[in-house]
Amino acid sequence: MAAIVGPGNIGTDLLAKLRRSELVDVRYMVGVVPESDGLTRAAELGLETSAGGVDWLLTRDRLPDLVFEATSAKAHAANAPRYAGAGITAVDLTPAALGPFTCPVVNIGDQLDAPNVNMITCGGQATIPIVHAVSRVIPVPYAEIVASVSSRSAGPGTRANIDEFTETTAAGIEKVGGADRGKAIIIINPVEPPMIMRDTVFCAIDPDADRDAISESIHRMVSDVQVYVPGYRLKADPQFDDPQPNWNGRARVAVFLEVAGNGDYLPTYAGNLDIMTAAASRAGELLAEKIIADRKAVRA
Amino acid sequence: MGIWDSDTQIQRDVRIVDTSLRDGSHAMAHQFTEANVRDTVRALDDAGVSLIEVSHGDGLGGSTFNYGFSLVDERKLIKAAVDEAQRARIAVLLLPGLGTVTDLRAAADLGAGAVRIATHCTEADVSIQHFEAARDLGLETVGFLMLSHMSTPEELAKQGRIMVDAGCQCVYVVDSAGALILEDAADRVAALVAEFDGQAQVGYHGHQNLSFGVANSVLAYRAGARQIDGSLVALGAGAGNSPTEVLAATFHRLGIETGVDKDILMDAAENVVKPFITRLPVMDRSSIVQGVAGVYSSFLLHAERAAERYGVPAHEILYRCGERRYVGGQEDMIINIALEIAEERQAVG
Repeated sequence: MAAIVGPGNIGTDLLAKLRRSELVDVRYMVGVVPESDGLTRAAELGLETSAGGVDWLLTRDRLPDLVFEATSAKAHAANAPRYAGAGITAVDLTPAALGPFTCPVVNIGDQLDAPNVNMITCGGQATIPIVHAVSRVIPVPYAEIVASVSSRSAGPGTRANIDEFTETTAAGIEKVGGADRGKAIIIINPVEPPMIMRDTVFCAIDPDADRDAISESIHRMVSDVQVYVPGYRLKADPQFDDPQPNWNGRARVAVFLEVAGNGDYLPTYAGNLDIMTAAASRAGELLAEKIIADRKAVRA
Repeated sequence: MGIWDSDTQIQRDVRIVDTSLRDGSHAMAHQFTEANVRDTVRALDDAGVSLIEVSHGDGLGGSTFNYGFSLVDERKLIKAAVDEAQRARIAVLLLPGLGTVTDLRAAADLGAGAVRIATHCTEADVSIQHFEAARDLGLETVGFLMLSHMSTPEELAKQGRIMVDAGCQCVYVVDSAGALILEDAADRVAALVAEFDGQAQVGYHGHQNLSFGVANSVLAYRAGARQIDGSLVALGAGAGNSPTEVLAATFHRLGIETGVDKDILMDAAENVVKPFITRLPVMDRSSIVQGVAGVYSSFLLHAERAAERYGVPAHEILYRCGERRYVGGQEDMIINIALEIAEERQAVG
């Protein structure tokens, strides 16, 4: 049983996704603003809702096993110890990065017992699987990603602290993607109608690397991500370039991605937001599976 | 009349800012040597140019697969420029989303005295964090509204206001695509001047794709711009920038005091910069298309490379970049477009 804290666009889209889940039953939607549309919508769907914040949540007769936090880094930093104290596992969609970085197709298996997992960034969820797909075949000394998002989908939090995006994503490319060094770039494009999220991944590789094996690994990874993000696709086959001056003798593989959202609550162009809620929902399901299995084991 | 510059001890009507060592980095495919930087800074400083920009073409942290790796670490180049400048201040460029406050601190530690923070013309709010950091570091602050032709004068003024409120001392109308023609430039400058009402200066940064760099700069000055960008021998992205030596000569002819020595600049263009340029900026088919289609000038070399790699025309790639309204930084899309065109041709052929 689960709660969502933060009834904004992200929280509302996440709720739409989790309502399709057979493993995660979202019972509470929690905010701090009584006139929140998100709380009203959740109440209409039959959830118990409150603008009483985490104080309200932690005084329920039945506490959730899982809480999805879609507030802000600051709010999550304040709430996280309270969830942990109550034995609630937290899936953190904010940039707080208190718990380990999680990308469902790459490393969630290592983190099923963590009290708090962090969903990195939207650009991270879109690109880290590809960096990992390359690094599981051959060492990647350097990986670079370029995320282009529509102006309408870049919220005030991202805008106020865009360095947090580039730095956190770069760290995720290294820690989860497996590159020795990561670099992340984000571009905001105001074109109308809004552009669908685009991501490009460049990895430095050995010139003699098995290109077919890398390509196969990338295609396989794209299929794995499509399980929870159906609008995730390659715009072209991976492109291999021989070493060029200033590439330190390395060759390069370039991967061009498009991430269309599922259109649950957020618009389809906002693939950057959708991939966060989709990844959080997927992480939540895997964590729930573990929680249920552990309970059965105790009972047996 | 005029402004007293306490750094250079010069009275002037307009400040010429040189970006040969930053925008020029694009035309040089980011292959500046330390000697190129030292020689150029010495000459510009000698000519009385009071602000000299030195960075990777895409700003701090721009040395990447996407934009091209620098031959020499830009921090080394910034340090060399600071060493050589006797009177001039060294500026760095920063594009939020690419460069970070950490990069800015490092540049300030090396002695950079000014930062120019550039955003797409409708996205100024991503720069607030960086302007605040710049002011805390005691840097002179300049804002760049890139691809200004994509916005109306009124909208541009509102975006400029966001930068000024964040601590920016001069906001530039930046014609990144070389697409502004005469009053297009003047009207935008005038709108910013009116909006700021003396709280901040306005600048103009031109490109030569349709050959209006210098003419637009004169009109920008008449509309109230007080900082004008140029590059020696026009060294810059696309068909290059307004040539610094021509700006100096033109303002001299018009009796507008720049405080710089036009003859030293002409000499620097001929004898310092021209000898090391590997590819002179020129109004060729591709760069003219950039002006027509409103494409970010630094896409040029990337489009040429993709054209060669995939056997498709660079100007077709650039037209398509314009249709899709890609913005500065989306160089990765160029490869994708080249692949698309190649595929379409194969399907037809």
